[in-house]
Amino acid sequence: MTEPGRSGAPVDGPAAASPSAASPAPSAFLDVRDLRVHFPTDDGLVKSVDGLSFRLERGRTLGIVGESGSGKSVTSLGIMGLHTAGRYGRRKARVSGEIWLNGTELLSVGADHVRKLRGREMAMIFQDPLSALHPYYTIGEQIVEAYRIHHDVGKKAARKRAIEMLDRVGIPQPDKRVDNYPHEFSGGMRQRAMIAMSLVNNPELLIADEPTTALDVTVQAQILDLIRDLQEEFGSAVIVITHDLGVVAELADDILVMYGGRCIERGPAEQVFHEPRHPYTWGLLGSMPRLDREQQDRLVPVKGSPPSLINLPSGCAFNPRCPYADVPKDDLSRTVRPELTEVGDRHWAACHMTQEQRERIWTEEIAPRL
Amino acid sequence: MLAYLIRRLFAAAVMLVVIIMVVFGIFFLVPKWAGVDIAASFVGKQADPAAVEAVREKLGLSDPVHLQAWEFFKGIFAGRTFATGGDVVHCSAPCFGYSFKSEQAVWPVLTDRFPVTLGLALGAAVLWLVFGVAAGVLSALKRGSLWDRSAMVVALAGVSLPIYFTGMLSLATFAFGLKWFDAQYVPLGQSLGGWFGGMILPWITLAFLYAAMYARITRATMMEVLGEDYIRTARAKGLRERTVIGKHAMRSTMTPILTMLGMDLGALIGGAILTESTFNLPGLGQAVLNAIRNQDLPIILGVVLITSLSVLLANLVVDVLYAVIDPRVRLT
Amino acid sequence: MTTQRTSGRRKQALAAAALVAGLLATAACGSSGGGKTSDAGYDAAGNKVVNAGTTKGGTLKFAGTQDGDSWDTTRSYYGFAWNFMRYYSRQLVTYKTEPGKSGAALQPDLATDMGKVSDGGKTYTFTLRDGISWEDGKPITSKDVKYGIERQWAQDVLSGGPVYLKDILDPNGEYQGPYQDESADKLGLKAVETPDDKTIVFHLPQVNSDFPQMLAMPSASPVRQDKDTKSKYGLHPFSSGPYKFESYEPGKSLELVRNTQWKDTSDPVRKAYPDTVSVKFFSNANDMDQRLIAGDYDLDLSQSGMSPQGRQTALKQHKGNLDNPLSGYVRYAVFPQNVKPFDNEHCRKAVIHGADHLSLQTARGGPVAGGDIGTNMLPPTVPGTEGREYDPFALAGADKNGNIAKAKEELIACGKPDGFGTTIAVRNNKPVEVATAQSLQASLKKIGVDAQIDQYDGSQTSGIVGSPSNVEKKGYGIIIDGWAADFPSVQGFGRPLWDSKYILESGNNNYALIKDEAIDELFDAYAKELDEGSKGRIARQINHKVMEGAYYLPFTYEKYLNWRSSRLTNVYMTDAYNGYDFISLGLKSSK
Ligand SMILES: Nc1ncnc2c1ncn2[C@@H]1O[C@H](COP(=O)(O)OP(=O)(O)OP(=O)(O)O)[C@@H](O)[C@H]1O
Ligand code: SF4
Ligand SMILES: [Mg+2]
Repeated sequence: MTEPGRSGAPVDGPAAASPSAASPAPSAFLDVRDLRVHFPTDDGLVKSVDGLSFRLERGRTLGIVGESGSGKSVTSLGIMGLHTAGRYGRRKARVSGEIWLNGTELLSVGADHVRKLRGREMAMIFQDPLSALHPYYTIGEQIVEAYRIHHDVGKKAARKRAIEMLDRVGIPQPDKRVDNYPHEFSGGMRQRAMIAMSLVNNPELLIADEPTTALDVTVQAQILDLIRDLQEEFGSAVIVITHDLGVVAELADDILVMYGGRCIERGPAEQVFHEPRHPYTWGLLGSMPRLDREQQDRLVPVKGSPPSLINLPSGCAFNPRCPYADVPKDDLSRTVRPELTEVGDRHWAACHMTQEQRERIWTEEIAPRL
Repeated sequence: MLAYLIRRLFAAAVMLVVIIMVVFGIFFLVPKWAGVDIAASFVGKQADPAAVEAVREKLGLSDPVHLQAWEFFKGIFAGRTFATGGDVVHCSAPCFGYSFKSEQAVWPVLTDRFPVTLGLALGAAVLWLVFGVAAGVLSALKRGSLWDRSAMVVALAGVSLPIYFTGMLSLATFAFGLKWFDAQYVPLGQSLGGWFGGMILPWITLAFLYAAMYARITRATMMEVLGEDYIRTARAKGLRERTVIGKHAMRSTMTPILTMLGMDLGALIGGAILTESTFNLPGLGQAVLNAIRNQDLPIILGVVLITSLSVLLANLVVDVLYAVIDPRVRLT
Repeated sequence: MTTQRTSGRRKQALAAAALVAGLLATAACGSSGGGKTSDAGYDAAGNKVVNAGTTKGGTLKFAGTQDGDSWDTTRSYYGFAWNFMRYYSRQLVTYKTEPGKSGAALQPDLATDMGKVSDGGKTYTFTLRDGISWEDGKPITSKDVKYGIERQWAQDVLSGGPVYLKDILDPNGEYQGPYQDESADKLGLKAVETPDDKTIVFHLPQVNSDFPQMLAMPSASPVRQDKDTKSKYGLHPFSSGPYKFESYEPGKSLELVRNTQWKDTSDPVRKAYPDTVSVKFFSNANDMDQRLIAGDYDLDLSQSGMSPQGRQTALKQHKGNLDNPLSGYVRYAVFPQNVKPFDNEHCRKAVIHGADHLSLQTARGGPVAGGDIGTNMLPPTVPGTEGREYDPFALAGADKNGNIAKAKEELIACGKPDGFGTTIAVRNNKPVEVATAQSLQASLKKIGVDAQIDQYDGSQTSGIVGSPSNVEKKGYGIIIDGWAADFPSVQGFGRPLWDSKYILESGNNNYALIKDEAIDELFDAYAKELDEGSKGRIARQINHKVMEGAYYLPFTYEKYLNWRSSRLTNVYMTDAYNGYDFISLGLKSSK
């Protein structure tokens, strides 16, 4: 288990998973180490994210996939520091681990410092642009506000900037639409506006949490194109979160697959997509929409239901749903939690099966059926 | 927008007519069904049938109800003449008739008492808005805390304790005990300090009830709003929490509050009956209470009319305000 | 669920009320400041003058929970209003300004004497004093007096007041009233003549010994024709007395100031000590009582007793400021004879004997707030009374807890040995009366009389219990009620109740439907009798006849607790109004 060590490598090995206080400031732009986000609830401690580590450089795109409830949003909100900001009531989320952004560790640096980074260094695009925009303020007002928190400029200048951004994200007649309210925009335009608002401060990290789920298919493609173009233009680091492997396959340089709050496979997009090495990823691929199939059966989700985040199954968290749980010897699947192991070049997976078993099942049973 | 307003005003006018009809109906038909005679109660102990008949004639109670209602409407816009037994009185528009009991003209009674009630309602509204909303917001932000729980207990007390009780309690404590306020009504025109000293306890008492309701609703609304995606967006922009709460969350929280405020103020114009009678405030509520006791229809009608009018107006203002606050609402 | 909630609420309200009472008591305690050393003592003004003095000036401050029914002298029927009207109106004769019984005696006012009676009591001639004048300085003439009296005939415009003079002077209703009067001076009433401005002559078709009493009522006050605003007159009456209206806002306040045209030399009755007389109306009786106790006001306008909470505080801390006078009311149950079995006097007697008089008194509020147990139907404030000495059923004596044995005997005599069922009618707006009905119901159960209670709309008395046919239809065997005299005489008190000529189809007051020729004749004899001593004897005879007929079960001679401020001078109760004699009150200091 060695550090991949390649400069610019977006994904590192499990070494980063040891959260030692003495760990040196990392060279990566974003370095998440052993992130844990736990929520105390009446039923018990919900471990929504439990020991997640990854790295991301500027100019690169990381795709995070996983089914609903696997902890994708909790991860991104964790990075943004939004679990602790404005949490009212006695039950606070417990966030631990390390989040290094451009040499600053966000969990220890103080809430106000993180607040100042929010929106300027790191920005986020949310899933449903209608509910994420304030219904009582115009698009322009909301963008202007986002700009003026971090820039000491007058209203006029900020408005000019807002129009410029709306133009940049492809909104026609931006000088007019700037005064519209969110409900006067179509779904796709709203998401464009949301993107314009996120990018108004040229953030170096952009997190897009399911940016296209609420949109129809043609618009989805446009928005994804837009994100790709903008990334090229601004050179930011981008995290794209989705259920949909197809989306990230197009967009991402690297892919991270989450299951039950943990990473179960990650690697370069090409490899994870074409040579996945974890039974859960195989399942995800099987549920991918395919152009050559009928629309109706395009989503065949992985059989079974997601694991309880309060009591993860022992051994491999996936074992109750895994068709191959009996393949590894000594009932390992049910007794020992599999660590991430290197299964290819910068490609890691957490499964007890041997390399041979995995390759055989992939080539003989899975690949032909896809 | 203009067309909308005109339509709404027209609907309001129709509404008023209906309300007057209903009051007329209640006043005239119910006693008839119950077999009682209003006129008899205006004659002395030695009520002989001729005198009762004469009084019935004079009060206009012997005409058919629809005729009386028509005369009443006519009086409001054109004035009318009352003539009985050699007593001829012209009552110029807006004529709401004369009190059965004291014989004074109703319209001056209304205009004289309206400012008292308005002052009571507005003053109390300022208090309950400030304190109710502040307490509700604080409770929402510190939900589950000792503050939250005690505030909600106080609020529960506020909504369930009768005004008469809280009113007498405040009188006993601040007026008779500590002697901080005189707590007797003085017209504003006469002395500002006196007016204030007379109004402060009624304000507090009335505001206590409403503040309690407003606190509970503010708390619930604020908690709901804080869970909204756009609040998260506001935070994601890097806004200070102050701004997030004070601007983004408050804007949404205030919308239902304003609606309520409009309705409550409208209804209070005729509805501060308990507060006014507890504190002896010479407002419309006190007048209507006496009028009901005295079966004094003209006063009842006048107050009901003013109240309905203010409720309808408040409705209209709320609707317009709503459109101003919430751009999604379009008045068409 | 719902009922539970209600009872919870109820409990809460009760607890709340108790708490408020406690707080008020302590608050008032704190405010008394111990400065009231000059209290004349409990019930001191009952029969004598408290704080006699002649200091002039100051503002006499009344507080009231109820405005007058009207301040038009013709239109009022409230006792306190009649009392108050002496401030701004004068009559030919009026009551003496003396405490107790002597206060119910008459003396000349506008007239120089009590009138010259001629024609066997059918003609009264009065001469007016010199120096009597209206508030604008013009002299009060006999024509003004006649016009004022004529207004009683205009019942269609001026409803609400007593119409004794109308009934006595014009029994056939020939005169149409001044507003329909064709004559130029509007003085067409034939029974009254005004040969000159100083003389007024009354011709009665029939003798009535209480005629002077009727002239003493405010409804016999002079009214000047050019100042008569008809139905609006009550909003600003034109003064003939020592004070005149400065301002009046119905239900809010009333202020009288000195009428500078009034001359004390022309008025043997009114002392007019204060400079100003003000009234403030309250909608919260409790608040008003606290302010009386605190000294913000001097006395209660309506003279009808303090609220329960105010009473508590005052009795505890300011007993010396309280009087405990009779209200003039007898509270009683009456048995309509058209409802079986109350046509049988033995069944009536059974109920009288069966009732527990002590618990009825308690239900009325006890001896202080309720009054003494009533033993007969002639109240102690009416001339001719024997007071509680006359107690034919031993109601306040041996049988004050009822006598079941006697009751059973009467039931047997009535032919109902096992008792019977009936209905008690009671006004729904008087909680005390409802409590009394319940007390009566409970004690009657013990003699086998099963009484249901029917609460009727109290504002509609005349159409419900005032209609004999309705009473019969509803089976109201027992009606709870009360009565006070319009003027202190057996005729003023009892004639509407007991004379068969006063039985009416609606608005009836003779609920028992007493048709006793002996009683009717006694009333006629009373009306013809001009000698005071003989009048008293007849009054007693009438009273005995009524009691012997067992038509009534008296509960109490009502009393109430009345607040008297320590600032007041010349305070005493008068039997004429069963309250403080307002017109005599003054203030210790003119500030
Ligand atoms: N504040 C919280 N308190 C308790 N549990 C929470 C909280 N926030 C998230 N969770 C739980 O954490 C788990 C992960 O949630 P998360 O929103 O990250 O899922 P996701 O992967 O984004 O799913 P989706 O694809 O549906 O958006 C869920 O089971 C959720 O119920
Ligand atoms: S460890 Fe076992 S259960 Fe888990 S994914 Fe691999 S084979 Fe399946
Ligand atoms: Mg999510």
